[in-house]
Amino acid sequence: MTTTTSQSTAAKPVSLNTQQMGRTRPYSPFRDTMQRLWRSPSARIGGFLSFIIVLLAIAVPLLDNYDAISDRNLPARYDPPDCFIGWISARLTNAPDAPSINELTCAYPFGADKNGRSIFQRVGHGMSVSLAAGVFSVAIALSVGAVIGLIAGYSSGWFDSVSMRTMDIILAFPSLLLAIALVTVAGASLVNGMIAVAITQIPVYARLARAMAIANRNMEFVTAARSVGARDLEIVRKHILPNSLAPLIVQATLGLGTAVIETAALGFLGLGQQPPHPELGKMLADSQESLASGKWWVMVFPGLTIIFMVLGFNLLGDGLRDALDPRLRGSD
Amino acid sequence: MGKYLFRRLLETIPVVVGVSILVFLLIHFIPGDPAVAILGDRASPENIAALREQLGLNRPLHEQYLIWVGNLLRGDLGNTVRGNIPISLEISHRFPATIELSLFALFIATVIGVPVGVISAVRRNSVIDTASMIGALFGVSIPIFVLGLLLIFFVGVELQLLPFIGRLDNREVNLQTITGLHVVDSILTGNWRALGNALEHLILPSITLMTIPLAIIARITRSAMLEVLNQDYIRTARAKGLREGTVIRMHALRNALLPVVTIIGLQLGTLLSGAVLTETIFAWPGIGKWLFDSIVARDYPIVQSVTLLIAVIYVFVNLAVDVLYTFIDPRVRAS
Repeated sequence: MTTTTSQSTAAKPVSLNTQQMGRTRPYSPFRDTMQRLWRSPSARIGGFLSFIIVLLAIAVPLLDNYDAISDRNLPARYDPPDCFIGWISARLTNAPDAPSINELTCAYPFGADKNGRSIFQRVGHGMSVSLAAGVFSVAIALSVGAVIGLIAGYSSGWFDSVSMRTMDIILAFPSLLLAIALVTVAGASLVNGMIAVAITQIPVYARLARAMAIANRNMEFVTAARSVGARDLEIVRKHILPNSLAPLIVQATLGLGTAVIETAALGFLGLGQQPPHPELGKMLADSQESLASGKWWVMVFPGLTIIFMVLGFNLLGDGLRDALDPRLRGSD
Repeated sequence: MGKYLFRRLLETIPVVVGVSILVFLLIHFIPGDPAVAILGDRASPENIAALREQLGLNRPLHEQYLIWVGNLLRGDLGNTVRGNIPISLEISHRFPATIELSLFALFIATVIGVPVGVISAVRRNSVIDTASMIGALFGVSIPIFVLGLLLIFFVGVELQLLPFIGRLDNREVNLQTITGLHVVDSILTGNWRALGNALEHLILPSITLMTIPLAIIARITRSAMLEVLNQDYIRTARAKGLREGTVIRMHALRNALLPVVTIIGLQLGTLLSGAVLTETIFAWPGIGKWLFDSIVARDYPIVQSVTLLIAVIYVFVNLAVDVLYTFIDPRVRAS
């Protein structure tokens, strides 16, 4: 029973595409991928979440000029959320001084922290920092890893053995642990944290790129390029790289969630962005001291923001993987 | 099979050597003089010179490495900078706490994750399947430190259901240390009050630590089972009239186990590094919390030793998983 359903769903997209190819426009891999992506609900939700995250992360620093160093308003220390969240939580807890809907103020929608700073504002800026940190570390890991992997896979000589043994050594460490150790000795800062997370992720991309290069290097189009006198570097750049991109992009999207978690974890341990600058992991670490006295808002909003970000990227990555990986098509 | 094991063991040697070199070099990645970095700018030149001598920084690099490795092989990890206590002694005191937490979390994750994965695969696209896969997605998307804080606040502070600091209420229960694993010790000594107390303290940290492994184990089990359930021999088993339960257990699950065992083994590494965050949040006195405290105190020899220890364990767990393969899957033995 299950077999027949899976076969019928598997067969559907393929037959649709061959029909389209024959009847209307020529086959375009890009359009095909986008169609597959659109069919997957996880990719749609993930894409939507990711879009909002990226939009906010770009808009907040542009629209709001935040000066972390001078931001301090001690009279508002640990003020609970006002605005709608305050209204709802007052109704839920049956607080005696609950404001009516007309007298709502919106100075601290997410409440205030121990320095009387708006958590709403700091979560917004912290999100930009976390996203930028995640994107940069993935970009570093992807570009370094892809170059190493493509050259290793294409040349398959001494460079292959040396680089892959090095990757084995990096992979021998649990990634967060290696990142912690590297930042500890290099000095705690956001940039060092990003680089450390990137270093731990390089092997993932290097191995993937190497596998793709090995799969492609004996293809006819590569032999053809070589026979018309193309140099090795040109072959790697023009022929091997474009044919290896799809899995690398999928891995990068999935890696973005991991990179956001790991840079935030470094921040949580005090090894990332330094105070007073806002960063989600550091905000969570600071919230620990006020947790026992019931000040939930200091922890809940930065926490939910990280979950929201990682969930968005993971969903998008899962959807992209299903859409781009030919081995998975129709199987699940 | 002996040949395979021997080759696999040989392959591990360069990795372990590489790991040791990288960990050894860590202290040389410190910008400037490591001794100054540890003691601070205001330390006297004599103290700095003494620490340089203690860390062996005055010798050539290769000599330093060989001495360091020689000491390692004799079980000497050096001394802590603060307090001058042998690091290996401290590790032997603290490691049981980490082991207890990690193994407990892994055990629960496996006991829940494998059946959830199997049921999801058997009842594919059912409500149970969808719900558990959405749960798994949340499981991998919630960072350990966020989940830990949420649990502390809602379960520990608001509802006051469970303790969230340390391993035992030392004021209320006395426990004789035998293995250092509180659960085992309390069973061995028949101290049921301590057992209850130790288990209570284990719940929140292990929930925090196990969500990611649980989600991954459930997902991998599901996809491995789905692959196997489409095989011809499953149809044959059903056709010859075996009961569905027998087909699932004896024919499908056994063949799906290979990727599941791999992923369970790999999770131990994730757990040991996740322990740094979990132990810090729950004030759990294991090596993860110790690592965090040493980072704050800039006690680099401790950072080096703990990093090395966890990495070496990780390498050997991977080796053990590969060895386990040969017992589960005769095909690996044959090749």
